Formats: sequence, structure tokens, C-alpha cells
Amino acid sequence: MASDKVGMKHGAGGRAMRSLIEDVFLQLATPVDGIGLSALDDGAAIRLGDRWLVVTTDSHVVHPIFFPGGDIGRLSVCGTVNDLAMMGATEPLALTCAVIIEEGFARADLERIRDSILAASREAGAPIVTGDTKVMGRGELDGIILNTAGVALADRVVSDAGLRAGDRIILTGTVGDHGMAVMMKRHDLGLQGDLRSDVAPLNGLVREALRAGGGDVVAMKDPTRGGLASVLHEMADKGKVGIVLDETAVPVSPEVRAACEVLGIDPLVVANEGKAVIGVRPGAADRVLAALRSHALGRRAAIVGTAIAERPGQVILDTGLGRRMLAEPEGEPLPRIC
Amino acid sequence: MAGSFEELKFRDPARARALTDALQREVDLIGRKPVSVMHVCGSHEQAIARFGLRAAFPRELDVIMGPGCPVCVTDTPEVDEAVALAAQGARVCTYGDMLRLPGTSRSLADAQADGGKVEVIYSVVQAVELAQKHPAEQVVFFASGFETTAVATAAVVLAGVPENFSILSSHKYVPAAMDVVAEMKETSIEGFIAAGHAAAITGWGIFEPFAARTHRPVVVAGFEPLDVLAAVLELTRLIRLGRAEVVNCYPRCVSRDGNRPALDKLWKVFDVVGGVWRGIAMVPRGNLDLKPEWDRLNARRRFRIDTAAVGGSDRNLLAEQCICGTIMTGLAKPSDCALFGKECRPETPVGACMVSSEGSCKIWHVYGGHPDLRGAA
Repeated sequence: MASDKVGMKHGAGGRAMRSLIEDVFLQLATPVDGIGLSALDDGAAIRLGDRWLVVTTDSHVVHPIFFPGGDIGRLSVCGTVNDLAMMGATEPLALTCAVIIEEGFARADLERIRDSILAASREAGAPIVTGDTKVMGRGELDGIILNTAGVALADRVVSDAGLRAGDRIILTGTVGDHGMAVMMKRHDLGLQGDLRSDVAPLNGLVREALRAGGGDVVAMKDPTRGGLASVLHEMADKGKVGIVLDETAVPVSPEVRAACEVLGIDPLVVANEGKAVIGVRPGAADRVLAALRSHALGRRAAIVGTAIAERPGQVILDTGLGRRMLAEPEGEPLPRIC
Repeated sequence: MAGSFEELKFRDPARARALTDALQREVDLIGRKPVSVMHVCGSHEQAIARFGLRAAFPRELDVIMGPGCPVCVTDTPEVDEAVALAAQGARVCTYGDMLRLPGTSRSLADAQADGGKVEVIYSVVQAVELAQKHPAEQVVFFASGFETTAVATAAVVLAGVPENFSILSSHKYVPAAMDVVAEMKETSIEGFIAAGHAAAITGWGIFEPFAARTHRPVVVAGFEPLDVLAAVLELTRLIRLGRAEVVNCYPRCVSRDGNRPALDKLWKVFDVVGGVWRGIAMVPRGNLDLKPEWDRLNARRRFRIDTAAVGGSDRNLLAEQCICGTIMTGLAKPSDCALFGKECRPETPVGACMVSSEGSCKIWHVYGGHPDLRGAA
């Protein structure tokens, strides 16, 4: 059934992307001492004596380039800082930044993006130490593409496969903000209200969680493309547990909820760029939750679910009115057309 | 404005629990199982599936979706006609759900990929605007939907349209959806939930002859979870009492007589005619077609439509395994179909019910595929 052409859904963070990566790129995996490509985690971790070198890379294409709450520059720094943080590496040593620009791209926009990269890297404490610049002909790419890579040292690595039955799932704040803000701008949907991307570096927030929870923090992942639903499916799959998600506990801003309702989109599948999903042993849940809430980016953190032994790999949604299975998102959600 | 959404009482879990407890008592009093009721609307199925209501229903109660999706019952030859018109050079405008609806061998999406002029529109008004913008072309509106949508088509026709505009009607008539099921010998359906938005046009009085003739109660319902629960509760109460009555549980929108000005417009333009519903049967009063006095706007009269040229006589072996018809008449569930979630998925639909957001297979797929979690962990 595999299609012989790559489609947009293959980059949208859902089931289609996962199967493309497994079918095509997994053959690049070789055994490493630590977490390598075959783990399909947020990054890699290579043993260096009694510590871990954590490495990750991320390319960024976003339309529009500037959106309420951020831009492609801030996104590219936060994406990589957050991937490191999700592995437990909250003190990034350095970032690289490569940029591919379309002929004719406005220099003022480029400088605006640079300023944004600088501000985000200072905010995260992650210096840019090297880079690369290419220009391609008009029409050969759409505007600008940014790639960042990051390295960090960590004493302990947190994978996304560590859940076992009984563990609690903590979400560090509201879902859907980034995706809805971008979608509104991209489709010019003209709904009024303060929809802003949540794009932010999470290493400071995660540092607090790890300080409070230590070894009881057993799984972390940031719900970017594919949203919370996608991340929970991946955690359930890799941890070989079921997950019950309590929908009424998931924080959603009134603006995002209203926009989703109008457009027929489930906030659980919408992208975030400043949130983490953290699996913790039950005894540490309250402690980690309190630590997250004491941080500016975690004020609305909540315990939203529990891992169970039944239905491994699946996610059950408790809606408060009933229960159903939560489907793994296929691709990017589109506004309802009727 | 902020926060008002969270206070929506039509989604209040405590009230929902009170209703499901009462529902369990009614079903216990009926004392047989299963008690089967049917709704005939994709929006009701969405509310049930999205909020996981089946897990809250009594085990002895089956709430089944009937033929309540106008896109799903649009027959393959109707799609073939639209595809053929596109192939013949007409600009075909239609609602988004119709784009991927399979014809015998091609859909309008295929016709579009082949270079046909196929436009997705959000309102019939846009189709008229396209006709004004392209005066040298023939613009055909492939019209789908129940009478709720047909009213909009009628209003546009009565307001006057350009010479180069015509209509390929695939409009369907709601009361027929319940007739089809009630008249099937093998059906076990004891009562019906009627769709509130359609009833807002027709009025709830339209269901009284049906209830009397078929000896089955009908309850008109809205679309929030508590609307659905309250209507199912009322319906089981009527079944227990053996009362084949019509009860309006959606009085905030629906009256006995409906929307008179809308109905006047509807019947000035459309006649109820017989037609084949995809996978189901010839339905004697199932379709809405333009009255003879509007022949000049009727694409079937204006053009010679050559469906054979677009594969209208071919066989489709995969489609022959599709059980959409059996699902829509309540005799099987989407998960009973061998193709469900495998060959047949929203991005590659085999059957019509996997295409439309109102189709039962699409809804089940979107909301997890296997929704019955009664008693699950």
C-alpha cells in the first residue's frame, strides 16, 4: 500500500510520517552505546565516560514565517533546545544554525529573523557557535529554511519509552496555541481573539521538573506536530502500556477552544512549541507538578492521564461524558469545509 | 467572552450522568435486549462518537446510525454524471465532501487531477458567482444535501441565475431515510431520533404520519451531547410505554410547522421523486429534483451526459466488497466491514461512508475506530 511518492502528510508528524521514517531512514541506524537512530527519540545520547553527549537536529519550514507569538527564528532555536531538554539535557552547550534562502528574500526580514534567533538563544542560554548560508534560485524553495543542531552533556538521559502501568502523565500547560495561531494566519481565517503561539525554550522548565522528580521522571516528549494525541500514542507504543487521557483535565485556552470548535479541529492533534508531556512515577507526580507550576512556563501544568497495563500502545480518551479510543493523527489537521 | 465555553451546560458531566442513570432504568424496565433505536444524522453520530457516549449507554441499548448522510447515499451514477460533465468541459462546482466520493471508476477529485474544471464551494452563491465570472463557460452546480441545503439552492434559483448556470441535483429528502429502514423486514429498530436541523425547516409535524403508519415513536433531537442523551431517554420511555408518538426535544430550534417561508421556496423549485440510494435500494420518495418548469436549469435536460465515456459501465471489485448499504440500514457496524481502516481509510475511501464527515465509517475512524468501551478499563 506504500505510495511511490512522498506527500505532505509524510511530514506532518502523524502515523504517515512515522511509517515513512521506519520504511526509508531506519536503514541508516547502526548500534551505538546509548540512544541512537533506531530509538526514533527526540535526539541521540552517546556515552562519554560517566556522562552522556546528547545531540539533536531540526529543520524548520513554517508559513507564515512571522506569526503571532513568534517567527521561524525563535522556532528553530526552541525546537532544538526543546529536543535536547526532552532527553534530559537542560544545559545546552552550543547550537549550530544553517540557513537556506530563496533569491529575492527581503534582507530586512532576514535581519528580523536573526534578531529573533539571538533573543531566543540568550533566553535558553544556548549560544550559536557555527553556521552555514546558502542561497537558491527563485522558486527553488519557498522563502527560507532554517536548520539548527544542538549538543549538551547530561548526567542522566530520559527517553520517551520509560512509562509503566500506574505512571502519571503531566502536561506542562495549554495545548493547541501554536498550531491554531499559525493556522489562523496561514488561512487568513479572520476569527478574532488573542491566538498566540506558545513557542518557548523549555530547558528551564524541564530543569525544575528533573530537580523535583529526579529518577522518577521516566519519559518526556514535546507535543509538536501531531499534538498531544500523537505524543501519547508514541509513549504508549514505546512503553508498551495503555494510556487513559482525562480530556476534562487537559488545559485549553478559551480562544483555542472556540477556534477549534468553529473549524471542527480537535485541540489534541494541534501542534505546540512550548509544552512538554512528562511521565512520572505515581509517588512523584504531585512534587513534579508543584515544581512545574512554580515556573513561569508551567503555571497551567496539570496531571492529565495515567498509564495502564491494558491495551498496550493505545490511548483511551475519557471525555467526562463517556469514553472512546483516541485515534493517532494521520497528518496535519485541516479546517472543516462544511 | 473568555471562559463562556467552559460553562456550556449542554456538555455538563453531572447532568449527563443523571440522564444515563435514568436511561439505564428505562432500559431495565423494558426488560429485553437489545433495544435498538436509530438516528439518521451524521451530526448525531459525531456527538455520540466524539464524546464517547456509547460507553455511557446501557449495555442493552443499541443506538445505530441510519442513512443520515446525504453524501453517502448519493449514487455512483450521479457521481458519474458530474465526472462526465467535467470531462465534457463544464465547470463543475460542488461541496467539499463530494470531491472524493467514488463514482463507478472515477471521482470528481480524479476528474480535477485530469485537468477538469472542478471547484469546491462553500455556498451555492459562490457557484452563481463563478457562472457570472466565466460567461463563456457552462457552470454546473452538483447539488447535494437534504432539504436543509436544498432550501438554499431553491432560494438562489428563485432569485434568478445566469444563462450559463445549471443544476445537477443530488438533493435527498429526509423523511425517506426513516421510511427505508422502517419498511425493511429484517430491521429491529424500535424508534427513531430525527435530526433537529432538518426538522427546523420541515417542522416536527411531518413525522406524525410516519409514527402512525410504522407504529414507532420519533424524537426530534439537537446536537450537543446532552441533547442526544435526553432524546434517547425520551425515546426509550416512549418505547417502554408502547406509544408511537412524536416528541420534540429540541424546542429551542424546532416548531411543529417548521420554517414556512423556507418550505414555500423549497416546493416552488423541487419535487420529491424516486431514486436509487447508494448501496441501499430504490427509494420511492428519496430524491429532490427540479420541477419541470425549471427544466432549463436542469443539467440532466440541458446536456447529453455520456457516463460510459468516464467508465460508468466498468466494474470495481474493491467497491463490491464495501458494505456501506448494510451499515446505513443498521444491519452492520462500520467495524464489521473487512475493508474498514485497512483498504478503506479517509485518504483512500472505497465506500461513500468513509468520505463525508457525516458518514458513519469516517466518524468511527476519526474517533478511534472501535468506540464501544462499555465496561472497559
